Amino acid sequence: MDHRIEEATSALLAGAVLHNHPPKVQARRVSVHYGGKQALFDVDLDVPQNSVMSLIGPSGCGKSTFLRCINRMNDVIPVAKVSGDIHVDGQNIYDTDLDVVELRARVGMVFQKPNPFPKSIYENVAYGPRIHGITSSKSELDGIVETSLQKAGLFGEVKDRLHDTGTGLSGGQQQRLCIARAIATRPDVILMDEPCSALDPIATARVEELIDELRENYTIMIVTHSMQQAARVSQRTAFFHLGYLVEEGETNKIFTNPTDQRTQDYITGRFG
Amino acid sequence: MNDHTVRSYAEELAALDRKLAQMGGICEDLLAWSSDALERRDPALAGKVIDRDKAVDQLQNEIEEQAIQIIARRQPMANDLRQIMAVTRIASDLERIGDLAKNISKRVLAIAGETYPRPLISGLQRMVELALAQLKDVLDAYSERNAELALKVWHQDEQIDATYNSVFRELLTYMMEDPRNIGLCTHLLFGAKNLERIGDHATNIAETVHFVVCGETLTDDRPKSDTTSSMLLVQK
Repeated sequence: MDHRIEEATSALLAGAVLHNHPPKVQARRVSVHYGGKQALFDVDLDVPQNSVMSLIGPSGCGKSTFLRCINRMNDVIPVAKVSGDIHVDGQNIYDTDLDVVELRARVGMVFQKPNPFPKSIYENVAYGPRIHGITSSKSELDGIVETSLQKAGLFGEVKDRLHDTGTGLSGGQQQRLCIARAIATRPDVILMDEPCSALDPIATARVEELIDELRENYTIMIVTHSMQQAARVSQRTAFFHLGYLVEEGETNKIFTNPTDQRTQDYITGRFG
Repeated sequence: MNDHTVRSYAEELAALDRKLAQMGGICEDLLAWSSDALERRDPALAGKVIDRDKAVDQLQNEIEEQAIQIIARRQPMANDLRQIMAVTRIASDLERIGDLAKNISKRVLAIAGETYPRPLISGLQRMVELALAQLKDVLDAYSERNAELALKVWHQDEQIDATYNSVFRELLTYMMEDPRNIGLCTHLLFGAKNLERIGDHATNIAETVHFVVCGETLTDDRPKSDTTSSMLLVQK
């Protein structure tokens, strides 16, 4: 009980001081077309540094599309066309001379289904730092693997079998392995697309606890279909509907007294 | 407002409101009957009030139990969450109102053998009228989700307080006139205090209604005119 009160208090305090944080991610008039169909309309959104922002809304509302704009994952969809500006740390990530590979190292991503490489646990985490040339020696790489696994709360469970295959872990462990893999490239921003939807409640709680810890060093954006999860993990929440950002604000406010009727209808289960 | 996709959830919330309305109706009866019992010196009616109050306690238990069930099973959000918080808060105010009305009836039984001049209870009757009107309005404000009406109730509590002040003075005077009045007047004084407390509970409910409708707590200081706590018996 005490633990929960503490958590709630820290969330409240975090909500109160967020205004002092500079925006880590800044989106202006972001629209996305898939061929002839517009999926996202003129989205303006600021994500404060060292905070968790949840993106919620019914299926097809554009929240995942928006999330994928932040590390230019939409570039890999041939018919997708993104317009508007997105700045990460003040830098326009759609600049023509920007190195997309380097961007994706800074803006990591964790997906809905855990997708470890069919390699060893060690290799899964070491892969990113190696291709990005972050390390120069084996011992340094070992250090990064260990720290990343520790930060992802997985090291204790796998330290004796680092060279076993990653796909042999349980679902929850695989997801934390993917988080370790995302952390290993030393990102600033971590994007999570329904990271717990394939996990049981205990594994979900572990990931949520992890998100809370990661907030200290990273800025996190999470897409989730669970209102309760959004309410638990985030300081700010953005509600999307039919491709529009309807409302964005402090999580405390959104879930107790939202401004827009559509937000209220959605979070109380009246449509969607 | 749109309906819930899950109809049984909407039905559960509606059932909570119905139960609260039922509880409110009984409390109005208890208050009116207590007042009649006092005026007519009717121990049978007073006994009926004491008995009927059990239904109020029972309803409060049911409301609380159902509210907990809904929180556990539905994880309510936004206006639904506010409604559930409000229903439990209002139910506990109504339970207190029921107890206070019952206490007046108990005093009717205690003073049943005494003779008392009619003017002595006219101030109390006035307080009952005001309290009943406040209670009725605030219950309507809840069922209609009418923040304006709630605010009106909130401001009007001062009238009950003002009447209470004059009843307090009046009863002191009677006691000073003849010490044989002290027993009777003390019971009436407690009765008046109960009515003043009922007014305060109606004000609490008004604040809760405001919270349900607007999502914010009333932050202004409550209008207060009960000055009896600083009144002294001064010999003229």
